[in-house]
Amino acid sequence: MATAIEFENVGKQYRLGLVSTQTLSHDLQRWWTMNVLRKEDPYLRVGETNDRSVKGTSDYVWALRDIDFKVEQGDVVGIIGRNGAGKSTLLKLLSRVTAPTTGAIRARGRIGSLLEVGTGFHPEMTGRENIFMNGAILGMTKSEIASKLDEIVDFSGCERYLDTPVKRYSSGMMVRLGFAVAAHLDPEILVVDEVLAVGDAEFQKKAIGKMKDVSQGEGRTVLFVSHNMAAVKNLCKNGIVLRNGMVAYSGSSFNCVDFYLQDCSDLKRPYSIYAKEETVDKSKEVVFLSISLKDMKDQIKKSENISFEFDLFSNASIENCRINTTIFTIDGTPIGGVSSDSFFSTSINQRKKVTLSLHDHHLVPGKYYASFSVGIGNSLTGQRDFEVVQQAVVFSIVSDNEEGSVVQWSKSWGNMLFPYYQEVIY
Amino acid sequence: MENNWDIVIKPRERLLSVDLGEIWRYRDLCSLFVKRNIVTQYKQTILGPLWYVIQPALTVVMYMVVFGGIAGIPTDGVPQPLFYLAGVCMWQYFADCLNSTSNTFVNNAGIFGKVYFPRLVSPLSDVISNLLRFGIQFGLFAVVYVWYIFKGIPVSPNWYALLFPVLVIMMAGLSLGFGVLISSMTTKYRDLRILFTFIVQLWMYATPIVYPLSQVKGRVLAGIDLYTLMRINPVTPVIETFKYGFLNAGEFIGWGWLAYSFLFMIALLCFGVVVFNKVQKSFMDTV
Repeated sequence: MATAIEFENVGKQYRLGLVSTQTLSHDLQRWWTMNVLRKEDPYLRVGETNDRSVKGTSDYVWALRDIDFKVEQGDVVGIIGRNGAGKSTLLKLLSRVTAPTTGAIRARGRIGSLLEVGTGFHPEMTGRENIFMNGAILGMTKSEIASKLDEIVDFSGCERYLDTPVKRYSSGMMVRLGFAVAAHLDPEILVVDEVLAVGDAEFQKKAIGKMKDVSQGEGRTVLFVSHNMAAVKNLCKNGIVLRNGMVAYSGSSFNCVDFYLQDCSDLKRPYSIYAKEETVDKSKEVVFLSISLKDMKDQIKKSENISFEFDLFSNASIENCRINTTIFTIDGTPIGGVSSDSFFSTSINQRKKVTLSLHDHHLVPGKYYASFSVGIGNSLTGQRDFEVVQQAVVFSIVSDNEEGSVVQWSKSWGNMLFPYYQEVIY
Repeated sequence: MENNWDIVIKPRERLLSVDLGEIWRYRDLCSLFVKRNIVTQYKQTILGPLWYVIQPALTVVMYMVVFGGIAGIPTDGVPQPLFYLAGVCMWQYFADCLNSTSNTFVNNAGIFGKVYFPRLVSPLSDVISNLLRFGIQFGLFAVVYVWYIFKGIPVSPNWYALLFPVLVIMMAGLSLGFGVLISSMTTKYRDLRILFTFIVQLWMYATPIVYPLSQVKGRVLAGIDLYTLMRINPVTPVIETFKYGFLNAGEFIGWGWLAYSFLFMIALLCFGVVVFNKVQKSFMDTV
């Protein structure tokens, strides 16, 4: 398929702080070095990343740097990343609201951008007038809008208020009307920024459905920015994760979401240290010193056992200890749990190492994390946890042989492959 | 394969890459902006468009008191209301256009920041929508004009009145040219905006609105011939020709000065649009 959009080394630089102060002196200095001394722009400094939490040395930052990717025609690409990662800047460049500092973006076909719902709505004008206004701003002609007016009104569900000034509308109605106009735009490329966050559940469903139709049925290319991971997974085939203005990961949308969620939390280790022997919390009977995957191996084949190693320290003499485990997908959905037998006992000031292995886990390839608790008893006899640690280790399940598996498991099928069916024919 | 991209977005483009075809494609948007400007201006007012008439009428009364009455400035033998109204009509159009176009970027930052369309559509629609207002005010002028004719006071147009459409276009062109230039400069340094509203007020006195140009003839201030200086003001020939054509008073400023004003307008418009075009690409970062 043809390439619809191509980003080539795109960068966008912004100045920090108050724009109005000192700009004249900077402008003069820039003009002097570039036009008189014929040197490079003194304020385009290289090698500084855009991390919003760290104080930088320069007043200028790269909101985007070295963005290089291609989008196939008919593809729906989700763009995810933390606040300030550069998502909106990317869309702004693509919608030509502002120009890039370096590089070039090339696109085939018209670009319709939806960075905001209801751009150009005038509060004094009626719903009908605003449909025309908004449509024209988005690049439609009057006749195009007129021919789609009924559809737009129907989609928005605001027919009754059509001849009322929009300042009398509820904010939800305003959004519905705005999205209805945008949804009936026919550009080859549609750029959508977090607009589905507003509107009620029914409307969100409708909007996502419409976007699916647009991409699948009509072969349009959609770029979609969202913090709603479910919507990204549901809507997008592929994704791009931005971090500090650079592409951190690109691939299928499921993998992108996994990558992003792991990137967001501090879930990076197959190994965690919780306490040193000298500094343990004396108020707890038994505590974890560290938890790790056996041999530090965080890539586990599907058929292999998952083995956890625990380093425990005991402040009291406890009998019949057990360890409970819960496994979650990387986006925080609990998959299942297991409780060990009461298999070990401890004495005062004793350091103890134990290993637990999970056999026949049936987890499908993907990223997971596990939480643990150490304690005594079970739900029947009454239980007591001495210590609970959340998100202790992260591991990946990989398929046994990458090329051999007949069916590529889709994440939308769930996270467990049940072992077998008992089949009966009558 | 390499060359069939429809849209290429790059940091710097050639200076003269003004896409007029694109503006034409967005003509529907332009007409909707015009409609919006007109419809929304007097929403929820009782008198509505009547304000278009009340404003110049009161201004004329004021001028009659101050400049005609107190200062005693002659009006070339033309009845005072007619003389002032002619000047106010034309100047008001110029000033309105200038005020709205010079704030294009600042006023529309909300829309410009969210969606792309050729930015020039916005000042263009301002100039067009102000035409309606000008039309109504010119209508007032016409009514007063006809009333004076019925009263038997000798006012009559001459052939130069046929230049009227050209004069309006020149006014529109000049205000658009100045407006886009100023709006491009004010995105970064707002000082100019404050300075500018002030300059427009003073500019009116440097243009023969409240006095006829004939009054300036022969006056020298600090060694400068005021008559020449006033005619360098590109708005003067337009106003003077308008007054001469309709009121048949004073003398024609001369084709040379009118041509100067016209060429000034063309040059200003070209320059303004080029600067505007350059600024529009990244104004969102500075506005």
